[in-house]
Amino acid sequence: MTFTEATPSRAIPAPSVGQSALPHTRIEPSKGWISLGLRELWQYRELLFFLAWRDIKVRYKQTALGAAWAVIQPLFTMLVFTLFFGRLAKVPSDGIPYPLFSYTALLPWQLFAYALTESSNSVVANERLITKVYFPRLVVPLASIVAGLVDFVIAFALVIAMMIWYGVRPTWAVLTLPFFVILTMATAFGVGLWLSALNAQYRDVRYTLTFIVQLWLFASPVAYSSTLVPVRWRPFYGLNPMAGVIEGFRWALLGKSQAPGTMLWVSVVVVALVLVGGLYYYRRMEKTFADVV
Amino acid sequence: MTDIAIRCEGIAKQYRIGERERYRALRDVITDMVTAPFRRVRSASQDSSHGNGNNKETRFWALKDVSFEIKRGEVAGIIGRNGVGKSTLLKILSRITEPTRGSADIWGRVGSLLEVGTGFHPELTGRDNIFLNGAILGMRKTEIARKFDEIVAFAEVEKFIDTPVKRYSSGMYMRLAFAVAAHLELEILLVDEVLAVGDASFQKKCLNKMQSLSEHGRTVLLVSHNMSSVTRLCERTILLDDGSVACDGRSQEVVSVYLQSGVGASAQRQWDNIEKAPGNDVVRLRAVRVRTETGEVTDTIDIRRPIGIEMEFDVLKPGCFLVPNLHFVNEEGVYLFAASDHDPKWHRRPRPSGRFVSTAWIPGNFLSEGTLTVGAAVSTMDPVVVHFFERDAIAFHVVDSLDGDSARGDYAGPFPGVVRPLLKWTTEYGLGIAAGPLAGVEDGNR
Repeated sequence: MTFTEATPSRAIPAPSVGQSALPHTRIEPSKGWISLGLRELWQYRELLFFLAWRDIKVRYKQTALGAAWAVIQPLFTMLVFTLFFGRLAKVPSDGIPYPLFSYTALLPWQLFAYALTESSNSVVANERLITKVYFPRLVVPLASIVAGLVDFVIAFALVIAMMIWYGVRPTWAVLTLPFFVILTMATAFGVGLWLSALNAQYRDVRYTLTFIVQLWLFASPVAYSSTLVPVRWRPFYGLNPMAGVIEGFRWALLGKSQAPGTMLWVSVVVVALVLVGGLYYYRRMEKTFADVV
Repeated sequence: MTDIAIRCEGIAKQYRIGERERYRALRDVITDMVTAPFRRVRSASQDSSHGNGNNKETRFWALKDVSFEIKRGEVAGIIGRNGVGKSTLLKILSRITEPTRGSADIWGRVGSLLEVGTGFHPELTGRDNIFLNGAILGMRKTEIARKFDEIVAFAEVEKFIDTPVKRYSSGMYMRLAFAVAAHLELEILLVDEVLAVGDASFQKKCLNKMQSLSEHGRTVLLVSHNMSSVTRLCERTILLDDGSVACDGRSQEVVSVYLQSGVGASAQRQWDNIEKAPGNDVVRLRAVRVRTETGEVTDTIDIRRPIGIEMEFDVLKPGCFLVPNLHFVNEEGVYLFAASDHDPKWHRRPRPSGRFVSTAWIPGNFLSEGTLTVGAAVSTMDPVVVHFFERDAIAFHVVDSLDGDSARGDYAGPFPGVVRPLLKWTTEYGLGIAAGPLAGVEDGNR
């Protein structure tokens, strides 16, 4: 499917008002590689905003604690990690107080886990919309990623309080923080694109998802440090993009552990591949969404 | 060229059977993969005899070849039997799904209204939902803000605008949903059957709104089952049948073509060749007709008027006791009633040979709206012999013009029941309160 401004009608002098300005849409079966339609996606940015806003508004409706949930989840996970990994197992934390060490990792992790779960379910959850209205389908998983940011911002307040409490001063590295936030979302978006398109066809994805997220948590340096991994294996550890993201996040925020080098770049390349592949796969599959979802 | 809003060329859409109904679990795919080799062996043995049999089983064409042009500012209706692909066509034009073959060109921004209240979220307030729904339908935020008051006034929900819509009555919900859609400022509107909701006054409001849209140069494509709204709203109608355009022209003409073909029977049927007419050597059916009280043959009868079912038959063997009888079935296949001839002139009397015309009169304000098929028979009682029974002899439509004096009164929504008598209602007023003092007065008089 293509969406182009009408050039032929512009060439012909229109007898009545407005015709030359009318956009022309051509509808035909799409073949082969399709464009990503990013320009059209930009035109629909308001819908993206409204869908994200809806998800945010609805999420904590009829809950007693409301948005406090955004802090409670990482906070309690941090407490449990601190008790079992920090105190009992004495997992080394690169000289950072263990609660702060694990909480700074839980921040991007929660963002990732939430965005991944929501975006993977997004196509199925918005089935009514997809079968009744046209809009660039990429809006749907993208909106659920954006909606995840609000929880992240709320949970972020606690990390500032913790840094003041432990007297940790941010370094210049903190300026790279937005990059790591974007990388977190790009990872979730890339994987979410694959899974949401698959989920439209095969509902097995929904059941596998919690399992994937759980395994992924233990494969990522949230409760432990990536320094536990031998140096020569670290680039391979970077194949898990969240490894690079989390270590980068810790470094940017606390500035104490060393900057992640090769591992981070491996992660960036992996994310880029997953994301671009996901975009094309999603675009290829989206034309069947209305028929199969 | 320049005044065309929509042009379709040879649009076709193929579905896998069951694709719409259920999703596939990975298990099914694995099962498919495991059984595929065996199936291939089986289908190979079949293929030798006739083409690719496997494909034919699992795929069907919802649309085969649809071509038409809609001019700018035109309001056109699309009608056709259930499952003929009307909604699929709208989905293709609104880019929800892709055609398998063919193409369409659209000049102008398209708003599609395939359902009232798409994207409404029950937890959000009326206000929030207006913005959300507007954005989903393709309106800009500033545009919605500008039209906000107008939308709220149209929907008549001013007082509840900050209440979550889950607490709305279904009427309020529908009104709000339609109001948002009706205020879309788009050049082309694709509408699917959304007028079938709400009460009479709101329906009227919707119809007026649609009419004013077309006066402002909007192009509207309306899919509907409601023939009266199609003829009222659209000057032109396209009839789809068997996946392609069967008829395209002025609404009244197309609707009547549809009504006659749609049920496979018409208001009048004649058997010119007596040899092929239903019956035996005693009696043969020659014609069945629907007539109004003024004798006109028609397939559409006003619900308030009596309906005459006329049966013409030739008696070939004199001296038989014959009872003409009629059987009425509605469009859902419900057997409404049977009626047998009680005319004292011929009741329990032997009939001479020759032509008879018997008419049964169904009173006005008795049947409900819809299409009825009539079966015609002639029998002999004691012993029972059915000389013929033509099941789907004719069909006719009972319509309500919604003038307010039929049994439905001022309500224009779905009205239940297989019969719709206009009953006599009596009312007594104020008895309980008035009885006391009046009785007292009477007592005092005594």
